[in-house]
Amino acid sequence: MKLVIAIIKPFKLDEVREALSDVGVAGMTVTEVKGFGRQKGQTEIYRGAEYSTNMVPKIKVEVACGDDLSHRVVEAIQQAANTGAIGDGKIFVLDLAQAVRIRTGETDDVAL
Amino acid sequence: MKPITKLAGCAGALGLAMFAALPAWAQDAALQAPAAAPSPPTVNKGDTAWMMTSTLLVLMMIVPGLALFYGGLTRAKNMLSTMTQIGAVACFAMLIWVMWGYTEAFGDGGGAFISGFGKAFLKGVTSDSTAATFTPGVAIPEYVFICFQMTFAAITVALVLGSVVERMKFSAVMVFALVWLTLVYFPVAHMVWASNGFFFAKGALDFAGGTVVHINAGVSALVAALILGKRLGYPHERIVPHSLTMTGIGTGLLWVGWFGFNAGSALEANGSAGLAMINTFVATASAGLFWMLAERLNGHKGSALGFCSGIVAGLVAVTPAAGNSGPFGAIILGAIASIVCFYAVSVLKPRLGYDDALDAFGVHGIGGMIGAIGTGIVYAPGLGGPGKPDFNMGHQLAVQIEAVLTTIVWAGIGTVIAIFIAKAVTGLRVSAEVEREGLDLGEHGERAYN
Repeated sequence: MKLVIAIIKPFKLDEVREALSDVGVAGMTVTEVKGFGRQKGQTEIYRGAEYSTNMVPKIKVEVACGDDLSHRVVEAIQQAANTGAIGDGKIFVLDLAQAVRIRTGETDDVAL
Repeated sequence: MKPITKLAGCAGALGLAMFAALPAWAQDAALQAPAAAPSPPTVNKGDTAWMMTSTLLVLMMIVPGLALFYGGLTRAKNMLSTMTQIGAVACFAMLIWVMWGYTEAFGDGGGAFISGFGKAFLKGVTSDSTAATFTPGVAIPEYVFICFQMTFAAITVALVLGSVVERMKFSAVMVFALVWLTLVYFPVAHMVWASNGFFFAKGALDFAGGTVVHINAGVSALVAALILGKRLGYPHERIVPHSLTMTGIGTGLLWVGWFGFNAGSALEANGSAGLAMINTFVATASAGLFWMLAERLNGHKGSALGFCSGIVAGLVAVTPAAGNSGPFGAIILGAIASIVCFYAVSVLKPRLGYDDALDAFGVHGIGGMIGAIGTGIVYAPGLGGPGKPDFNMGHQLAVQIEAVLTTIVWAGIGTVIAIFIAKAVTGLRVSAEVEREGLDLGEHGERAYN
């Protein structure tokens, strides 16, 4: 099993969700996060006073999937979240050791 | 002195309001017309209805208007503190007003700086008492006049707090309000609006309180902020408005309420009120756009806060000019005030390094000065103003500038006294822990958002 973590632009969430549904992903977890990469940050100006923020708002999507599906999941996110502009985000793939469905006690692939 | 001209020009009708009550005037009238007893002034129901409406419009400017405008500009941890300070000092001002404020500003007789104390605790005022307007023989109920002026006192002291939020103790705010109203606001209101007041007698033009409300509040705000000191972290930490949406709502409420402020200062539902109304529309519209234009010219994007700030700057600037300018004079006045205020808050403030948290001085103080001095120009009939053909602009400008400078000195000294009394009684400033945690929890024990 793999855990795919994607940091994407907030307005791309709906497209990413649709693309993942098409691939057959059954569920996902979404968090509003802040961070920075090469985009560095942005400047806000209030009544002439400038504030540089180095944290930019992003969305973190976490998807757990079987080993066979992970490549397609990564590909779907990469295509759906791509605008070609700086700050589109990153995708990380981790090995997932265990999964348990709380209601039934089912484990691993069945629990996804 | 030409009383009719002057009265027509000065909204402070207070002067007029008082003149019916002045024994000297009553005697003159009796001497001139010994045969027929003077008929009592007529109270018109339309005028009365408009003045009661105006009074409520000004109340709307305080809570929720100013409370949301200022609250949105503070950090989330100080939202309730800001709103509560505004509401509480406004309430306190209302009570002080009926006890000694009204009589100190507009009571019986008195001198150039304060009025007599014969109407303390509203002594002698009944539902049959009347206050004069700008038209001879036309009056409004005195209770209505008292309420209308009460709202001015309430919002002015609340305006001052814009420079000191996020760090001043609630108890200090209340003590400051008590002393400041007594030493600064009531005397300045008397000077500008009472017929025997210092500025009124000189012919200073101030339709709805540019000097009394805005210069007075703005200068006091600056002095208070200087004594109180900067907020922790200013200007290195990121201290930004927590909700410009709230500020936007507050801006709208202030603009609507300002029609009561300006058009109500005609004291009648008439053409002068109509002039004040159109000026309050167009000067404000001009100022809202010109602030954004100033931002663009300085290489920034036109911002929502810039728009809101411009709206308020325009309202402030048109206040003394509301019934003393033609519409196109008001448009120019709004534009100039907006641009100057932009530079005051974005260039002057950082350069001088004072922490006027919500720009009470930068917008109200500077905008009020532009408006008060500009009124001496736009009043000219050649520029579309309501001045008489023999209007002497040079003389009027000198009078306006003298009134502005005197108010600056008076407000400055009075505020120093008020702040040091508040400091002696309460300690003035919250502890560093409370300031970091936020005044909502530290001073009121609740949060704005859960």
